[in-house]
Amino acid sequence: MNSGNIMIVGVGGQGTLVASRLLGNLFVNAGMDVKMSEVHGMSQRGGSVVTYVRYGEKVYSPVISAGEADFIVAFEKIEAARYAECLKAEGTIIVNSREREPMSVTTGQAKYPHEILNEMADEGIDLDSFDALKLAREAGSDKAVNIVLMGRLSKYFNFPEEDWINALKNTVKPATYEINEKAFRLGRK
Amino acid sequence: MKKLMLGNEAIARGLYEAGCEVVSAYPGTPSTEITEYAAKYDEIYCEWATNEKVAMEAVFGASLAGKRAACAMKHVGLNVAADPLFTFSYVGVNGGAVICVADDPAMHSSQNEQDSRHYAIAAKLPMLEPSDSREAKEFTKAAFELSERFDTPVMIRTCTRIAHAQCTVELEDRKAVDPVPYVKNPEKFLMSPAFAAKRHPIIEKRMEDFAQYAAASPLNRIENGKDSRLGIITSGTCYEYVKEVFGDDAGILKLGIINPIPANLVKVFAERYDRVVVVEELDPVIETFCKSIGVDVEGKNLFPVLYEFNQTMVAKAFGIEPEKHPEKKTVPARPPIMCAGCPHRGLFYVLSKNKITVLGDIGCYTLGGAVPLNAIDSVLCMGASVSGIHGFLKAGGDPTKTAAVIGDSTFMHSGMTGLANIAYNGSNATVIIVDNSTTGMTGHQHNPTTGYNIKGEPAAKIDLEALCHALGINRVKVVDPYDLKETERIVLEELSINEPSVIISRRPCVLLKSVKHNPPIQVNLDKCKFCKSCMRIGCPAIYVENGEITIHSTLCTGCGICRQMCAFDALGGDV
Repeated sequence: MNSGNIMIVGVGGQGTLVASRLLGNLFVNAGMDVKMSEVHGMSQRGGSVVTYVRYGEKVYSPVISAGEADFIVAFEKIEAARYAECLKAEGTIIVNSREREPMSVTTGQAKYPHEILNEMADEGIDLDSFDALKLAREAGSDKAVNIVLMGRLSKYFNFPEEDWINALKNTVKPATYEINEKAFRLGRK
Repeated sequence: MKKLMLGNEAIARGLYEAGCEVVSAYPGTPSTEITEYAAKYDEIYCEWATNEKVAMEAVFGASLAGKRAACAMKHVGLNVAADPLFTFSYVGVNGGAVICVADDPAMHSSQNEQDSRHYAIAAKLPMLEPSDSREAKEFTKAAFELSERFDTPVMIRTCTRIAHAQCTVELEDRKAVDPVPYVKNPEKFLMSPAFAAKRHPIIEKRMEDFAQYAAASPLNRIENGKDSRLGIITSGTCYEYVKEVFGDDAGILKLGIINPIPANLVKVFAERYDRVVVVEELDPVIETFCKSIGVDVEGKNLFPVLYEFNQTMVAKAFGIEPEKHPEKKTVPARPPIMCAGCPHRGLFYVLSKNKITVLGDIGCYTLGGAVPLNAIDSVLCMGASVSGIHGFLKAGGDPTKTAAVIGDSTFMHSGMTGLANIAYNGSNATVIIVDNSTTGMTGHQHNPTTGYNIKGEPAAKIDLEALCHALGINRVKVVDPYDLKETERIVLEELSINEPSVIISRRPCVLLKSVKHNPPIQVNLDKCKFCKSCMRIGCPAIYVENGEITIHSTLCTGCGICRQMCAFDALGGDV
C-alpha cells in the first residue's frame, strides 16, 4: 500500500497516542510523507478520542473524514461504531471486543449497544474483532492493549516484522519495551 | 536530519534555531507543548508564568533588554494578555518578540471558539499562520526577522490541527543572535499619553509598510490552477483541506501572513479567476477584507462559522459528494469524565448531595458539572468563580447555599484578585480551592504552589493558606476530599459562618507519578445489596456487569470514596 489512512479510536487514557506514534515512526522510516493529528486536553480524561495517521507520497490534510479510512483500529466497540462512517467501502475495522461503559450508560441514561458489531457486520462492514485485553494480560500488562492492536494491524501490511519492531523500539519507553514487544507479537500471531 | 514533530514542537524548534533566549507562558490546550518542548533546550530560558498577561509582559521585558523572546498561549489566554498586547504594539521591540496563540475550533478543550485573528487586526500587529509543522518552524524563524525589521511584536496563529498535528520537519542549527543593547528611549518605551500619541501614527505607517512587504513575501504565494474557473483564497489548515480536494486543479492564494493582507495581491489573484471563494474556519476575516477592497468573493455563504473543517466538508461545499461509506450511527455519547481516583470527586459529591449552587472555573474540575454529580452551575473563564460568587451574593444569592470552586493553578492565575475583592468589599463567600498539586487538564505542569519550576527543579513554593490570609481571609480550612464525612462537615460549617472563608480541598492528582495507588477495591457480592449507592459518585471504575456491581481492576486506584458510600460494607480492599 503506497498511501493510506488509519484512524485509531478509543477512550481517553487507553494509549491511542502511543499507537499512532508507532505508526508514524513506521511510515517515516519507510520514507513516506506522513501527517498525523491528535487531540490533547480535556478529551483525554476518559472521553471518546481519535487520532489520524495518513501516509503516502504527499499528504496534505492531517485529518480523515467520511469514507476515507482504510483501517479503523478501535479500542472499544462503541467507538468503532461512532467513527464507522469514516471507513472506506472496502476498509476494515479492527476492534477490541471488550466493552467499556460510557458514563451515560452507567447512569442509565443510555443503553450499551451490545449487538453493535453484529449490526455493522450485517451492514457489510469488514470487521476483525477479538479480545485484545486477554492478549495484553498474557503479555503482562492490561495497558498493552494498544500494542496488541498494532500487532493485529501489522498483519494487513507487507512491512517485514523487523520494521515494526524497530518502530516499536522508537516509540515505547525502554522500561516497557519487553512487555510491549510480547504484546505486539501476540497481536500479530 | 528529519523528525516527525507536533506543530507545537516545531514552533519550539523554530524558537531554538532562531536564537530565542526567553520563553514565558501559561499552559493552555492546544498551545502547551510549545513551552514544554522549548524547555528541553538548555539555550532557552523557559518558565511557566502565573498567567498569560504576566508571560507577555515578561516577553516585553526580555525584548526591551535586547534578547529574542516569545510567549505562547491559547486563544482565551490572549484575552487575559490583551492589555499588554495592544500597547506592546505601540512600543515595538528591541530584541525580536513573538507571540504564539493557538485557537481551538470545535472546542476540543476550550470554553469558546473565538477567532484570534481579530486581535491582530485590533492591536495592529502582523500575524503569520502556518499550515503544518514544517511551516510552523519556518514561520517562527521568519517572525523574529520580521519583528526586528519592522519593530513590532509578531503573532503566530495556529489551531488544534496544526498544534497537535505532526509531519516531518527538517532540523537546522541554532543561530545565536547578538543582543541589542538597551538604550533609554522613553519616547518609544514609556507610553504616557503624550508619547503614545506620537507612537500611534508610527504604528499605522508600520502596518502600511508591512502590507507592502506582505504583497511580495514568500510567506504568501499564488499557486496557479489548470484553468480560470476557480480561485480559492485560504490559509492555515484550510489550505491543506483545499489541496486535498483540488490538488493543482484550482488556483490558490495561500496567505501565510493573515494580517495585514495585501490588497494588491488579492486583486491580482482575483482577476485571474471567474469564481473566487474564501475558505476559512471560524469568522469571515479574509472574506470581509476582500469585500472591503471591492473584490467579489464567496465564503460564508458556503461554509459555516462553526467548528472545524475537513476535506470532505470542503468538497461538499463545492458540490463534490464523498464516495459511498457506512452511515453515521447513533451510539451513546462518551464525554470526558473525572478519572477514577480523582480527588475532586469527593468534594463534588458533597456539594452535589447538599444541593449547593457552585460557581465553577476552568480545569479538570469543570468535569464536576458532568453527570451524575451535576455539581457545577456556571463556568465562564479563569477566575470567574471567585469574582462571580461575590457578585452573586451581593445581588441576593444565599451564602449558606453557594460556593465557588477553583483549582490551585487557576487560583494563582486569576483567582487571587477576586479573593482580595471578596475580603475588601465584604461578601460572605465560601471559596473552595481544589489543590491537586498540579495544573492537571493541560498535562500536569508545575505552578507556583507546587514548589518546582518547568524543568522540575526546586523553586519557591507559595503557601496557599498564608496567601489567603494575606488577602484578608481569616477563615482558611484544609480538608482531604477522600474523607467524605470531614469534607461535608467543613463545607457545611464554612457555608453557615457569617464571614468570607476559604476551604482548601487538598490531595494530589492521582495521575501524578509521585502518587502511589492502593490495590483495587474488591466487591463482596455476599454483602452487596445492589443498591447502587456506590455508583452515585460517577466513578468510571464502577459499573454493572451481569447484574452485579463490578470494579474495573486497572482503572481503580483504591481511593476508597466508594467504600464510604456503601452502607453494607460490601466494598473491601486495603485502604
